[in-house]
Amino acid sequence: MIPLLAGITVICFFVMRLAPGSPVDLETQMNPKSSVEMKERLKTLYELDKPIHQQYWSWLKKLGRGNLGISFASDHRPVTAKIMERIPITILLEFLSLLIIIAIAIPIGVLSAVHQDSLFDKMTGVFVFIGFAIPTFWLALLLMIFFGIHLAWLPISGLRSLNYEYLTAWGQFVDLARHLVLPVFISAFGGLAGLSRYMRANMLEVIRQDYIMTARAKGLSERDVIYKHALRNALLPAITILGLSIPGLIGGSVIFETVFAIPGMGQLFYMAVMARDYPTVMGILLIGAILTLVGNLIADVSYAVADPRIRIS
Amino acid sequence: MNFWETFYKNKLALTGSAIVLLLFLVSIFAPLFAPYDPGQIDLKNVLLSPSLNHLFGTDQLGRDVLSRMIWGARISLKVGFVATGVAIIIGTLLGAIAGYYGGWIDAVIMRFVDVMLCFPTFFLILAVIAFLEPSIWNIMIIIGLTGWMGVTRLVRADFISLRERDFVQAARVIGAGDLRIIFVHILPNAMASILVAATLGIAGAILTESALSFLGIGVQPPTPSWGNILTAGKDNIDIAWWLSLYPGLAILITVVGYNLLGEGIRDSLDPRLKK
Repeated sequence: MIPLLAGITVICFFVMRLAPGSPVDLETQMNPKSSVEMKERLKTLYELDKPIHQQYWSWLKKLGRGNLGISFASDHRPVTAKIMERIPITILLEFLSLLIIIAIAIPIGVLSAVHQDSLFDKMTGVFVFIGFAIPTFWLALLLMIFFGIHLAWLPISGLRSLNYEYLTAWGQFVDLARHLVLPVFISAFGGLAGLSRYMRANMLEVIRQDYIMTARAKGLSERDVIYKHALRNALLPAITILGLSIPGLIGGSVIFETVFAIPGMGQLFYMAVMARDYPTVMGILLIGAILTLVGNLIADVSYAVADPRIRIS
Repeated sequence: MNFWETFYKNKLALTGSAIVLLLFLVSIFAPLFAPYDPGQIDLKNVLLSPSLNHLFGTDQLGRDVLSRMIWGARISLKVGFVATGVAIIIGTLLGAIAGYYGGWIDAVIMRFVDVMLCFPTFFLILAVIAFLEPSIWNIMIIIGLTGWMGVTRLVRADFISLRERDFVQAARVIGAGDLRIIFVHILPNAMASILVAATLGIAGAILTESALSFLGIGVQPPTPSWGNILTAGKDNIDIAWWLSLYPGLAILITVVGYNLLGEGIRDSLDPRLKK
């Protein structure tokens, strides 16, 4: 955990060094009044006159205090504050997507394994194959055209309608939910294929085990055999796969938040990249990696809770 | 049964090869297949819906969408191969070194892989692009530089299982050096999994490039790419569905083609892996 965190900061620091020109140039090249002395003072201020390992250390100390620097955007606000106000939206979306992935992919995987080579199994096989290959932003466009424009059932951008302020509490909830349907579905779609295929493979493997034969031999109903004995054991490794799908979900947030104009971290990242707002880009890169790390940690802990065999004494 | 016999009987793999072959032909002969010049602007005929003159319609500048898609096939082919090439070279080298030498070298390389895997790949790509110019060469190299970790793991696993085998010992006994053992004796035996990873990697690189171009940070206009035609599709989403439908379909079919081919190669090379 700690070495990973250290490695993440080293890579972030290295990427930051790719920036053309130094921060001093960025602040002075547009200013005709800047003098050589001023540049030197700025250089000392940013500690650019020190050796690289000292620069890294002082950057790290600032990070420890939650200071990610000031945004280059015209609002000149601290990066930490800009990210913090957008993170809850992104986390809410990712969380809802994970719930949907679990709720749809696990039954699909289990049913297609239990009824191997049935029509259902073959159809979900095709679905999974297309799910792996479909560009999610394209699927988003098609759904926007169909549900948003052709049928006009769902809103296609933002999180709130214009009349949001005038709605009742229930109305506001429904309005938010309607705005979330397409983005959450799109965000979940990529993970659906992976997890359902994985669940199917797991389930097929578990069903062939001796203890399943034992369960059948002692006369348990097929239902009990599948849903009590087999499912529990097939579910365990799925926790790890869910953990592994977190970076993909977070990375995908850039695409679907941009397509659906959702004011989350992904959209902020996209805007920062387009505006070359380096401190914000670096901040989000770092936060994205830390979120992934935390997600994997949660997956590891839940695995240990769910499976007594791997609990560390 | 040998490789070709198994492969030949696999209908899905053959379909995949046919798709990939078709894409190669379209890319190589793009100037012959394209009915119009892909960059020819015709402001009198903007956003025409599909017709016999323009099978896939025209875009917001009156350019023929079919012609742009045919030239776009070249871009995806190039991105797919170069990006995957970069990833395969880095991944194979690091994986071979880690698996062959083991010990602290292995530990350092694999920790580096773990750290890289913490970054959401798309974030890392975007961050690097923010600092560099979004040219097609930069895109290809960055996609490669962020996509080698899976290959490293695969190659390392192969090397660990192969390095103590008799033929490697024999090579060592007759005095072969490390480099010779790695590249001449062990690597050819790991080629199967590398080839499969490369084919599937091409599919992934094409998807990533199209997403980047769609966001406007990939292949830059006026160069046509499937992703940046879709950007125009989004801008005209309420009036021109054909700008959104066809390029996406092309990406989907291409990626399906490479995935089928990759899985076909895997099943034919090693029937035990077949699920």
